[in-house]
Amino acid sequence: MTSKDITRISRLMMEATGDEKHDASSNSTLDVLWVLYDRVLRYNPGHPMSEERDRFVLSKGHGCVAFYAILADKGFFPTSQLKTFLRYDSILGGHPDRNLVPGVEASTGSLGHGLSMAVGMALALRLKKSDRRVFSLIGDGECNEGSIWEAILLAGNRQLPNLTCIAINNHSSSLELGDLAAKFAAFGWATTTVNGRDHEQIYEALSRTDSTHPTAVVAEIA
Amino acid sequence: MNMRQQMVKTLEELMTHDERLVVVLAEISYSYFNTHSTQFSERILNVGIMEQTMVSVAAGLAMEGFIPAVHSITPFLVERPFEQLKDDFCYQQLGGNFISTGASYDYSVEGMTHHGPGDVQILRSLPGMQVVVPGTPGEFDALFREAYANGAPTYYRLSLKSNPVEHGVRFGKLEVVKRGMQATIIAVGPMLSAVLPAVEDMDVTVLYCTTVAPFDGETLRNISQSSNIVLVEPYYEGVLVVDICAAMCHTPIRIEAIGVPHKVLSRYGEPEQHDEEIGLTPRGIRRRIERFLSK
Repeated sequence: MTSKDITRISRLMMEATGDEKHDASSNSTLDVLWVLYDRVLRYNPGHPMSEERDRFVLSKGHGCVAFYAILADKGFFPTSQLKTFLRYDSILGGHPDRNLVPGVEASTGSLGHGLSMAVGMALALRLKKSDRRVFSLIGDGECNEGSIWEAILLAGNRQLPNLTCIAINNHSSSLELGDLAAKFAAFGWATTTVNGRDHEQIYEALSRTDSTHPTAVVAEIA
Repeated sequence: MNMRQQMVKTLEELMTHDERLVVVLAEISYSYFNTHSTQFSERILNVGIMEQTMVSVAAGLAMEGFIPAVHSITPFLVERPFEQLKDDFCYQQLGGNFISTGASYDYSVEGMTHHGPGDVQILRSLPGMQVVVPGTPGEFDALFREAYANGAPTYYRLSLKSNPVEHGVRFGKLEVVKRGMQATIIAVGPMLSAVLPAVEDMDVTVLYCTTVAPFDGETLRNISQSSNIVLVEPYYEGVLVVDICAAMCHTPIRIEAIGVPHKVLSRYGEPEQHDEEIGLTPRGIRRRIERFLSK
Protein backbone atom coordinates (compact mmCIF):
# COMPACT_ATOMS: atom_id res chain seq x y z
CA MET A 1 0.00 0.00 0.00
CA THR A 2 2.47 2.56 1.16
CA SER A 3 5.05 2.35 -1.57
CA LYS A 4 2.35 3.00 -4.20
CA ASP A 5 1.11 6.04 -2.29
CA ILE A 6 4.60 7.39 -1.77
CA THR A 7 5.39 6.86 -5.45
CA ARG A 8 2.28 8.85 -6.38
CA ILE A 9 3.12 11.68 -3.98
CA SER A 10 6.71 11.71 -5.22
CA ARG A 11 5.41 12.06 -8.76
CA LEU A 12 3.25 15.00 -7.69
CA MET A 13 6.26 16.57 -5.99
CA MET A 14 8.16 16.17 -9.25
CA GLU A 15 5.34 17.97 -11.09
CA ALA A 16 5.96 20.89 -8.77
CA THR A 17 9.73 20.98 -8.82
CA GLY A 18 10.48 19.40 -12.20
CA ASP A 19 13.14 17.39 -10.45
CA GLU A 20 12.91 13.82 -9.30
CA LYS A 21 15.50 14.42 -6.62
CA HIS A 22 13.56 16.23 -3.95
CA ASP A 23 15.27 18.60 -1.60
CA ALA A 24 16.32 17.00 1.67
CA SER A 25 13.81 18.97 3.66
CA SER A 26 10.76 17.84 1.72
CA ASN A 27 12.10 14.33 1.26
CA SER A 28 12.58 13.88 4.99
CA THR A 29 8.99 14.87 5.83
CA LEU A 30 7.30 12.85 3.10
CA ASP A 31 6.44 9.65 4.97
CA VAL A 32 5.43 11.33 8.21
CA LEU A 33 3.17 13.81 6.43
CA TRP A 34 1.60 11.07 4.34
CA VAL A 35 0.72 8.94 7.37
CA LEU A 36 -0.54 12.03 9.20
CA TYR A 37 -2.88 13.09 6.38
CA ASP A 38 -3.84 9.57 5.28
CA ARG A 39 -4.60 7.98 8.63
CA VAL A 40 -4.46 10.34 11.60
CA LEU A 41 -5.70 13.90 10.98
CA ARG A 42 -9.43 14.59 10.88
CA TYR A 43 -10.33 17.09 8.16
CA ASN A 44 -12.71 17.86 5.34
CA PRO A 45 -10.96 19.29 2.27
CA GLY A 46 -14.27 20.83 1.18
CA HIS A 47 -14.39 22.77 4.46
CA PRO A 48 -10.72 23.28 5.31
CA MET A 49 -11.47 25.65 8.23
CA SER A 50 -14.17 23.53 9.86
CA GLU A 51 -14.11 23.69 13.67
CA GLU A 52 -14.16 19.89 13.65
CA ARG A 53 -10.75 19.59 12.00
CA ASP A 54 -7.47 18.70 13.62
CA ARG A 55 -4.83 21.38 13.07
CA PHE A 56 -1.42 20.97 11.48
CA VAL A 57 1.35 23.58 11.39
CA LEU A 58 4.42 22.97 9.25
CA SER A 59 6.88 24.86 11.42
CA LYS A 60 9.78 24.17 9.08
CA GLY A 61 8.05 25.86 6.19
CA HIS A 62 10.87 25.21 3.72
CA GLY A 63 9.83 21.56 3.58
CA CYS A 64 6.65 22.54 1.80
CA VAL A 65 6.77 20.54 -1.45
CA ALA A 66 5.71 17.22 0.11
CA PHE A 67 3.07 19.15 2.09
CA TYR A 68 1.65 20.74 -1.08
CA ALA A 69 1.64 17.42 -2.93
CA ILE A 70 -0.23 15.69 -0.09
CA LEU A 71 -2.74 18.54 0.30
CA ALA A 72 -3.43 18.38 -3.44
CA ASP A 73 -3.66 14.58 -3.41
CA LYS A 74 -6.18 14.80 -0.57
CA GLY A 75 -8.32 17.32 -2.45
CA PHE A 76 -7.58 20.66 -0.78
CA PHE A 77 -6.77 22.11 -4.21
CA PRO A 78 -6.39 20.66 -7.72
CA THR A 79 -3.19 18.74 -8.40
CA SER A 80 -2.88 20.84 -11.56
CA GLN A 81 -1.85 23.74 -9.32
CA LEU A 82 1.38 21.97 -8.43
CA LYS A 83 3.05 22.81 -11.71
CA THR A 84 2.68 26.52 -10.89
CA PHE A 85 5.02 26.09 -7.88
CA LEU A 86 7.15 29.22 -7.31
CA ARG A 87 5.65 31.14 -10.24
CA TYR A 88 4.83 34.80 -9.70
CA ASP A 89 1.07 34.28 -9.57
CA SER A 90 1.05 30.86 -7.92
CA ILE A 91 -0.54 30.13 -4.57
CA LEU A 92 2.37 27.76 -3.90
CA GLY A 93 5.53 29.53 -2.82
CA GLY A 94 8.79 28.37 -1.30
CA HIS A 95 7.11 28.67 2.09
CA PRO A 96 3.39 28.12 2.75
CA ASP A 97 0.97 31.05 3.03
CA ARG A 98 -2.25 30.48 4.99
CA ASN A 99 -4.02 33.21 3.06
CA LEU A 100 -3.28 31.56 -0.29
CA VAL A 101 -3.26 27.78 0.17
CA PRO A 102 -6.39 25.89 1.32
CA GLY A 103 -5.47 23.59 4.19
CA VAL A 104 -2.49 25.63 5.38
CA GLU A 105 -3.21 26.72 8.96
CA ALA A 106 -0.24 29.02 9.50
CA SER A 107 2.17 30.88 7.24
CA THR A 108 5.67 29.80 8.12
CA GLY A 109 9.15 30.39 6.80
CA SER A 110 11.33 31.97 9.42
CA LEU A 111 12.22 29.08 11.69
CA GLY A 112 11.06 28.82 15.28
CA HIS A 113 7.60 30.38 14.88
CA GLY A 114 5.30 27.49 13.97
CA LEU A 115 5.56 25.41 17.13
CA SER A 116 4.82 28.46 19.28
CA MET A 117 1.76 29.25 17.15
CA ALA A 118 0.68 25.62 17.52
CA VAL A 119 0.96 25.99 21.31
CA GLY A 120 -1.35 29.01 21.03
CA MET A 121 -3.81 26.96 18.98
CA ALA A 122 -3.70 24.13 21.53
CA LEU A 123 -4.37 26.61 24.34
CA ALA A 124 -7.22 28.07 22.27
CA LEU A 125 -8.80 24.64 21.71
CA ARG A 126 -8.58 23.99 25.44
CA LEU A 127 -10.40 27.27 26.10
CA LYS A 128 -13.04 26.24 23.54
CA LYS A 129 -13.33 22.85 25.25
CA SER A 130 -12.65 21.22 21.90
CA ASP A 131 -11.26 17.69 21.73
CA ARG A 132 -9.46 18.33 18.42
CA ARG A 133 -5.70 17.85 18.21
CA VAL A 134 -2.89 20.15 17.08
CA PHE A 135 0.19 18.80 15.30
CA SER A 136 3.31 20.72 14.45
CA LEU A 137 6.31 19.50 12.50
CA ILE A 138 9.75 20.90 13.26
CA GLY A 139 13.21 19.98 11.99
CA ASP A 140 16.34 19.18 13.94
CA GLY A 141 18.09 22.19 12.43
CA GLU A 142 15.17 24.33 13.55
CA CYS A 143 15.86 23.09 17.09
CA ASN A 144 18.81 25.50 17.13
CA GLU A 145 16.29 28.32 17.48
CA GLY A 146 15.76 29.50 21.05
CA SER A 147 12.05 30.06 20.47
CA ILE A 148 11.60 26.31 19.84
CA TRP A 149 12.77 25.64 23.38
CA GLU A 150 10.53 28.42 24.70
CA ALA A 151 7.58 26.62 23.10
CA ILE A 152 8.69 23.20 24.35
CA LEU A 153 9.07 24.59 27.88
CA LEU A 154 5.69 26.30 27.77
CA ALA A 155 3.75 23.34 26.34
CA GLY A 156 5.27 20.99 28.90
CA ASN A 157 4.49 23.42 31.69
CA ARG A 158 0.91 23.96 30.51
CA GLN A 159 0.33 20.21 30.13
CA LEU A 160 -1.25 20.22 26.69
CA PRO A 161 -2.18 16.65 25.78
CA ASN A 162 -3.89 17.94 22.63
CA LEU A 163 -0.51 18.97 21.17
CA THR A 164 1.85 16.68 19.25
CA CYS A 165 5.21 17.88 17.99
CA ILE A 166 6.86 15.83 15.28
CA ALA A 167 10.61 16.45 15.21
CA ILE A 168 12.14 15.26 11.95
CA ASN A 169 15.72 14.34 12.74
CA ASN A 170 17.54 14.13 9.44
CA HIS A 171 20.74 15.27 11.13
CA SER A 172 20.87 18.57 9.29
CA SER A 173 21.86 20.54 12.38
CA SER A 174 25.49 21.60 12.42
CA LEU A 175 25.33 21.43 16.18
CA GLU A 176 25.14 17.97 17.69
CA LEU A 177 21.73 17.79 19.38
CA GLY A 178 22.26 14.56 21.30
CA ASP A 179 19.17 12.66 22.39
CA LEU A 180 16.25 14.81 21.22
CA ALA A 181 13.60 12.61 22.82
CA ALA A 182 15.34 12.86 26.19
CA LYS A 183 15.42 16.63 25.85
CA PHE A 184 11.66 16.78 25.21
CA ALA A 185 11.10 14.41 28.15
CA ALA A 186 13.13 16.67 30.41
CA PHE A 187 10.72 19.51 29.51
CA GLY A 188 7.70 17.42 30.51
CA TRP A 189 6.67 15.77 27.24
CA ALA A 190 5.67 12.17 26.54
CA THR A 191 8.14 11.06 23.88
CA THR A 192 8.57 8.37 21.26
CA THR A 193 11.32 7.84 18.72
CA VAL A 194 10.38 6.20 15.43
CA ASN A 195 11.93 5.31 12.11
CA GLY A 196 10.75 8.21 9.95
CA ARG A 197 10.27 5.85 6.98
CA ASP A 198 8.29 3.17 8.81
CA HIS A 199 4.61 3.94 8.32
CA GLU A 200 3.32 1.59 11.02
CA GLN A 201 5.70 3.01 13.60
CA ILE A 202 4.73 6.54 12.58
CA TYR A 203 1.03 5.73 12.71
CA GLU A 204 1.32 4.08 16.10
CA ALA A 205 3.19 7.07 17.54
CA LEU A 206 0.93 9.75 16.03
CA SER A 207 -2.24 7.96 17.12
CA ARG A 208 -1.21 7.86 20.75
CA THR A 209 -1.80 10.71 23.18
CA ASP A 210 -0.86 11.09 26.80
CA SER A 211 -3.55 11.95 29.33
CA THR A 212 -1.73 15.00 30.66
CA HIS A 213 1.44 15.73 28.69
CA PRO A 214 2.06 16.93 25.16
CA THR A 215 3.53 14.29 22.87
CA ALA A 216 6.81 14.50 20.97
CA VAL A 217 7.49 12.08 18.14
CA VAL A 218 11.11 12.12 17.03
CA ALA A 219 11.22 10.74 13.49
CA GLU A 220 14.71 9.53 12.66
CA ILE A 221 15.71 9.84 9.02
CA ALA A 222 18.91 7.99 8.19
CA MET B 1 -4.97 55.89 38.03
CA ASN B 2 -2.19 55.70 35.44
CA MET B 3 -2.48 54.22 31.95
CA ARG B 4 -1.14 50.81 33.02
CA GLN B 5 -3.74 50.53 35.78
CA GLN B 6 -6.41 51.70 33.34
CA MET B 7 -5.31 48.98 30.92
CA VAL B 8 -5.99 46.32 33.54
CA LYS B 9 -9.37 47.85 34.40
CA THR B 10 -10.40 48.14 30.75
CA LEU B 11 -9.32 44.61 29.86
CA GLU B 12 -11.02 43.07 32.88
CA GLU B 13 -14.25 44.91 32.16
CA LEU B 14 -14.21 43.88 28.50
CA MET B 15 -13.31 40.27 29.31
CA THR B 16 -16.40 39.88 31.46
CA HIS B 17 -18.68 40.23 28.45
CA ASP B 18 -16.46 39.47 25.46
CA GLU B 19 -15.37 35.86 25.63
CA ARG B 20 -13.10 36.32 22.62
CA LEU B 21 -10.72 38.57 24.54
CA VAL B 22 -7.60 36.85 25.91
CA VAL B 23 -4.71 38.52 27.75
CA VAL B 24 -1.23 37.14 27.00
CA LEU B 25 1.60 38.17 29.34
CA ALA B 26 5.27 37.40 29.87
CA GLU B 27 5.25 37.98 33.65
CA ILE B 28 5.12 41.79 33.38
CA SER B 29 1.90 43.10 35.03
CA TYR B 30 0.59 39.57 35.78
CA SER B 31 0.19 40.50 39.45
CA TYR B 32 -1.95 43.50 38.46
CA PHE B 33 -4.74 41.26 37.14
CA ASN B 34 -7.48 39.57 39.14
CA THR B 35 -6.45 36.01 38.50
CA HIS B 36 -9.19 34.64 40.75
CA SER B 37 -12.12 35.83 38.67
CA THR B 38 -14.24 32.90 37.58
CA GLN B 39 -15.42 34.95 34.63
CA PHE B 40 -12.08 35.43 32.90
CA SER B 41 -9.08 34.12 34.85
CA GLU B 42 -8.58 31.23 32.44
CA ARG B 43 -8.22 33.83 29.67
CA ILE B 44 -5.24 35.48 31.38
CA LEU B 45 -2.27 33.52 30.04
CA ASN B 46 1.10 34.18 31.62
CA VAL B 47 3.63 32.35 29.43
CA GLY B 48 6.68 33.23 31.52
CA ILE B 49 9.62 35.28 30.36
CA MET B 50 9.53 34.36 26.67
CA GLU B 51 8.41 37.32 24.63
CA GLN B 52 8.86 35.76 21.17
CA THR B 53 6.63 32.85 22.10
CA MET B 54 4.23 35.24 23.85
CA VAL B 55 3.51 36.89 20.48
CA SER B 56 3.40 33.61 18.50
CA VAL B 57 1.06 32.03 21.06
CA ALA B 58 -1.18 35.08 20.68
CA ALA B 59 -1.19 34.50 16.91
CA GLY B 60 -2.27 30.90 17.47
CA LEU B 61 -5.10 32.16 19.66
CA ALA B 62 -6.08 34.72 17.02
CA MET B 63 -6.23 31.98 14.36
CA GLU B 64 -8.78 30.23 16.53
CA GLY B 65 -11.02 33.30 16.75
CA PHE B 66 -9.80 34.85 19.98
CA ILE B 67 -8.78 38.52 20.26
CA PRO B 68 -5.44 38.64 22.05
CA ALA B 69 -4.23 41.57 24.14
CA VAL B 70 -0.47 41.12 24.53
CA HIS B 71 1.40 43.24 27.03
CA SER B 72 4.92 43.94 28.27
CA ILE B 73 7.44 46.70 28.77
CA THR B 74 8.05 48.46 25.46
CA PRO B 75 11.35 46.91 24.23
CA PHE B 76 10.23 43.42 25.24
CA LEU B 77 6.93 43.78 23.42
CA VAL B 78 8.19 45.52 20.28
CA GLU B 79 11.86 44.95 19.63
CA ARG B 80 12.61 41.49 20.99
CA PRO B 81 9.63 39.79 19.26
CA PHE B 82 9.62 42.12 16.25
CA GLU B 83 9.79 39.28 13.73
CA GLN B 84 6.88 37.53 15.43
CA LEU B 85 4.82 40.73 15.12
CA LYS B 86 5.78 40.96 11.45
CA ASP B 87 5.39 37.32 10.38
CA ASP B 88 2.78 35.97 12.76
CA PHE B 89 0.42 38.96 12.79
CA CYS B 90 1.05 41.38 9.92
CA TYR B 91 1.97 38.88 7.20
CA GLN B 92 -0.75 36.48 8.29
CA GLN B 93 -3.26 39.34 8.50
CA LEU B 94 -4.41 38.51 12.01
CA GLY B 95 -6.02 40.89 14.48
CA GLY B 96 -4.38 41.46 17.86
CA ASN B 97 -3.61 44.15 20.42
CA PHE B 98 -0.14 44.95 21.72
CA ILE B 99 -0.12 47.18 24.77
CA SER B 100 3.19 48.50 26.05
CA THR B 101 4.08 50.17 29.29
CA GLY B 102 7.00 52.52 29.76
CA ALA B 103 7.21 54.93 26.83
CA SER B 104 10.58 56.29 25.64
CA TYR B 105 12.47 56.96 28.91
CA ASP B 106 9.61 56.58 31.41
CA TYR B 107 11.71 53.94 33.19
CA SER B 108 14.64 56.31 33.22
CA VAL B 109 16.43 54.75 36.18
CA GLU B 110 16.52 51.35 34.48
CA GLY B 111 18.78 52.57 31.70
CA MET B 112 18.87 52.19 27.94
CA THR B 113 17.78 48.51 27.71
CA HIS B 114 14.43 49.49 29.21
CA HIS B 115 13.95 52.60 27.10
CA GLY B 116 11.67 52.50 24.09
CA PRO B 117 11.95 55.63 21.92
CA GLY B 118 12.22 53.57 18.70
CA ASP B 119 8.96 51.63 19.02
CA VAL B 120 6.70 53.69 16.79
CA GLN B 121 9.36 54.15 14.12
CA ILE B 122 9.93 50.44 13.63
CA LEU B 123 6.27 49.48 13.98
CA ARG B 124 5.40 51.94 11.22
CA SER B 125 7.50 49.74 8.92
CA LEU B 126 5.03 46.88 9.34
CA PRO B 127 2.23 46.80 6.76
CA GLY B 128 -1.17 46.88 8.43
CA MET B 129 0.05 47.71 11.94
CA GLN B 130 -2.12 50.36 13.59
CA VAL B 131 -0.46 52.60 16.19
CA VAL B 132 -2.35 54.35 18.99
CA VAL B 133 -0.74 56.86 21.39
CA PRO B 134 -3.27 57.90 24.05
CA GLY B 135 -2.63 60.96 26.16
CA THR B 136 -4.60 59.96 29.25
CA PRO B 137 -5.86 56.73 30.86
CA GLY B 138 -9.42 57.59 29.84
CA GLU B 139 -8.34 58.12 26.25
CA PHE B 140 -6.72 54.68 26.24
CA ASP B 141 -9.99 53.22 27.48
CA ALA B 142 -12.03 54.94 24.76
CA LEU B 143 -9.59 54.16 21.94
CA PHE B 144 -9.12 50.53 22.97
CA ARG B 145 -12.85 49.91 23.19
CA GLU B 146 -13.28 51.42 19.73
CA ALA B 147 -10.49 49.52 17.99
CA TYR B 148 -9.62 46.30 19.84
CA ALA B 149 -11.88 44.06 17.78
CA ASN B 150 -11.37 45.68 14.37
CA GLY B 151 -9.37 42.75 13.01
CA ALA B 152 -6.05 44.54 12.56
CA PRO B 153 -2.87 44.31 14.62
CA THR B 154 -2.82 47.41 16.82
CA TYR B 155 -0.12 48.81 19.08
CA TYR B 156 -1.13 50.91 22.09
CA ARG B 157 1.74 53.01 23.42
CA LEU B 158 1.13 53.54 27.13
CA SER B 159 3.11 56.10 29.07
CA LEU B 160 3.51 56.95 32.71
CA LYS B 161 3.04 60.55 31.57
CA SER B 162 -0.47 61.81 31.15
CA ASN B 163 -2.08 65.01 29.91
CA PRO B 164 -3.99 66.97 32.60
CA VAL B 165 -7.11 67.29 30.46
CA GLU B 166 -8.90 64.44 28.71
CA HIS B 167 -10.17 64.88 25.17
CA GLY B 168 -13.04 63.15 23.42
CA VAL B 169 -10.73 61.34 21.02
CA ARG B 170 -11.78 59.00 18.22
CA PHE B 171 -9.71 56.22 16.68
CA GLY B 172 -8.13 57.35 13.40
CA LYS B 173 -9.07 61.01 13.88
CA LEU B 174 -7.09 64.15 14.62
CA GLU B 175 -8.81 66.47 17.09
CA VAL B 176 -8.73 70.22 16.58
CA VAL B 177 -7.73 71.76 19.91
CA LYS B 178 -6.95 75.32 18.80
CA ARG B 179 -7.23 77.25 15.53
CA GLY B 180 -4.78 79.82 14.15
CA MET B 181 -2.99 81.03 11.02
CA GLN B 182 0.74 81.19 11.70
CA ALA B 183 1.51 77.46 11.91
CA THR B 184 -0.12 74.06 12.40
CA ILE B 185 1.19 72.12 15.37
CA ILE B 186 0.55 68.37 15.55
CA ALA B 187 0.93 67.13 19.13
CA VAL B 188 1.09 63.36 19.57
CA GLY B 189 -0.33 61.79 22.76
CA PRO B 190 1.25 63.03 25.99
CA MET B 191 3.11 65.83 24.14
CA LEU B 192 -0.08 67.89 24.17
CA SER B 193 0.57 68.90 27.79
CA ALA B 194 3.89 70.48 26.77
CA VAL B 195 2.62 71.94 23.47
CA LEU B 196 -0.42 73.84 24.78
CA PRO B 197 1.47 76.07 27.28
CA ALA B 198 4.22 76.53 24.68
CA VAL B 199 1.82 78.08 22.12
CA GLU B 200 -0.74 79.60 24.48
CA ASP B 201 -0.37 83.14 23.12
CA MET B 202 0.49 82.18 19.56
CA ASP B 203 -1.79 82.38 16.51
CA VAL B 204 -1.47 78.68 15.61
CA THR B 205 -3.62 75.63 15.00
CA VAL B 206 -3.08 72.70 17.35
CA LEU B 207 -4.13 69.26 16.19
CA TYR B 208 -4.11 66.47 18.75
CA CYS B 209 -3.06 63.09 17.38
CA THR B 210 -3.77 59.86 19.28
CA THR B 211 -3.83 57.55 16.25
CA VAL B 212 -0.47 57.65 14.48
CA ALA B 213 -1.39 54.89 12.03
CA PRO B 214 -3.62 55.17 10.13
CA PHE B 215 -2.84 58.90 10.14
CA ASP B 216 -5.76 61.28 9.59
CA GLY B 217 -4.27 63.24 6.70
CA GLU B 218 -7.70 64.42 5.61
CA THR B 219 -8.28 66.52 8.73
CA LEU B 220 -4.78 67.98 8.49
CA ARG B 221 -5.36 68.95 4.85
CA ASN B 222 -8.78 70.45 5.57
CA ILE B 223 -7.89 72.34 8.73
CA SER B 224 -4.34 73.59 8.19
CA GLN B 225 -4.24 77.29 7.24
CA SER B 226 -0.48 77.49 7.12
CA SER B 227 2.40 76.00 5.17
CA ASN B 228 4.38 75.82 8.42
CA ILE B 229 3.88 72.43 10.06
CA VAL B 230 5.38 71.59 13.45
CA LEU B 231 5.30 67.97 14.53
CA VAL B 232 5.81 67.18 18.23
CA GLU B 233 6.21 63.46 18.97
CA PRO B 234 7.11 61.66 22.24
CA TYR B 235 9.34 59.04 20.49
CA TYR B 236 12.16 59.30 17.93
CA GLU B 237 11.56 62.52 16.02
CA GLY B 238 10.04 62.68 12.56
CA VAL B 239 8.01 59.46 12.28
CA LEU B 240 4.93 61.22 10.88
CA VAL B 241 6.81 63.40 8.37
CA VAL B 242 6.07 61.06 5.45
CA ASP B 243 2.35 61.02 6.29
CA ILE B 244 2.28 64.81 6.59
CA CYS B 245 4.01 65.23 3.21
CA ALA B 246 1.49 62.86 1.62
CA ALA B 247 -1.45 64.72 3.17
CA MET B 248 -0.14 68.16 2.15
CA CYS B 249 1.14 67.25 -1.32
CA HIS B 250 -1.14 69.87 -2.89
CA THR B 251 0.91 72.72 -1.46
CA PRO B 252 4.53 73.55 -0.58
CA ILE B 253 5.14 73.13 3.16
CA ARG B 254 7.94 73.47 5.70
CA ILE B 255 8.19 70.95 8.53
CA GLU B 256 9.87 71.15 11.91
CA ALA B 257 10.03 67.71 13.54
CA ILE B 258 10.44 67.77 17.33
CA GLY B 259 10.82 64.60 19.35
CA VAL B 260 13.39 62.37 20.99
CA PRO B 261 16.71 62.78 19.14
CA HIS B 262 18.02 59.69 17.41
CA LYS B 263 20.81 58.79 19.79
CA VAL B 264 21.53 56.35 22.59
CA LEU B 265 19.94 57.55 25.84
CA SER B 266 22.47 56.50 28.44
CA ARG B 267 21.40 58.75 31.34
CA TYR B 268 19.32 57.70 34.37
CA GLY B 269 17.57 60.05 36.82
CA GLU B 270 14.02 61.29 36.35
CA PRO B 271 12.11 61.37 33.03
CA GLU B 272 11.75 65.13 33.50
CA GLN B 273 15.54 65.47 33.43
CA HIS B 274 15.57 63.75 30.04
CA ASP B 275 12.78 66.08 28.86
CA GLU B 276 14.83 69.06 29.95
CA GLU B 277 18.03 67.79 28.32
CA ILE B 278 16.44 67.17 24.91
CA GLY B 279 14.03 70.10 24.99
CA LEU B 280 10.70 68.30 25.24
CA THR B 281 9.38 70.94 27.66
CA PRO B 282 7.03 73.89 27.01
CA ARG B 283 10.04 76.22 27.00
CA GLY B 284 12.12 73.99 24.72
CA ILE B 285 9.25 73.46 22.27
CA ARG B 286 8.46 77.20 22.26
CA ARG B 287 12.09 77.98 21.40
CA ARG B 288 12.09 75.48 18.52
CA ILE B 289 8.81 76.83 17.09
CA GLU B 290 9.96 80.46 17.31
CA ARG B 291 13.27 79.65 15.61
CA PHE B 292 11.46 77.70 12.89
CA LEU B 293 8.96 80.48 12.18
CA SER B 294 11.68 83.13 12.08
CA LYS B 295 13.63 81.34 9.33
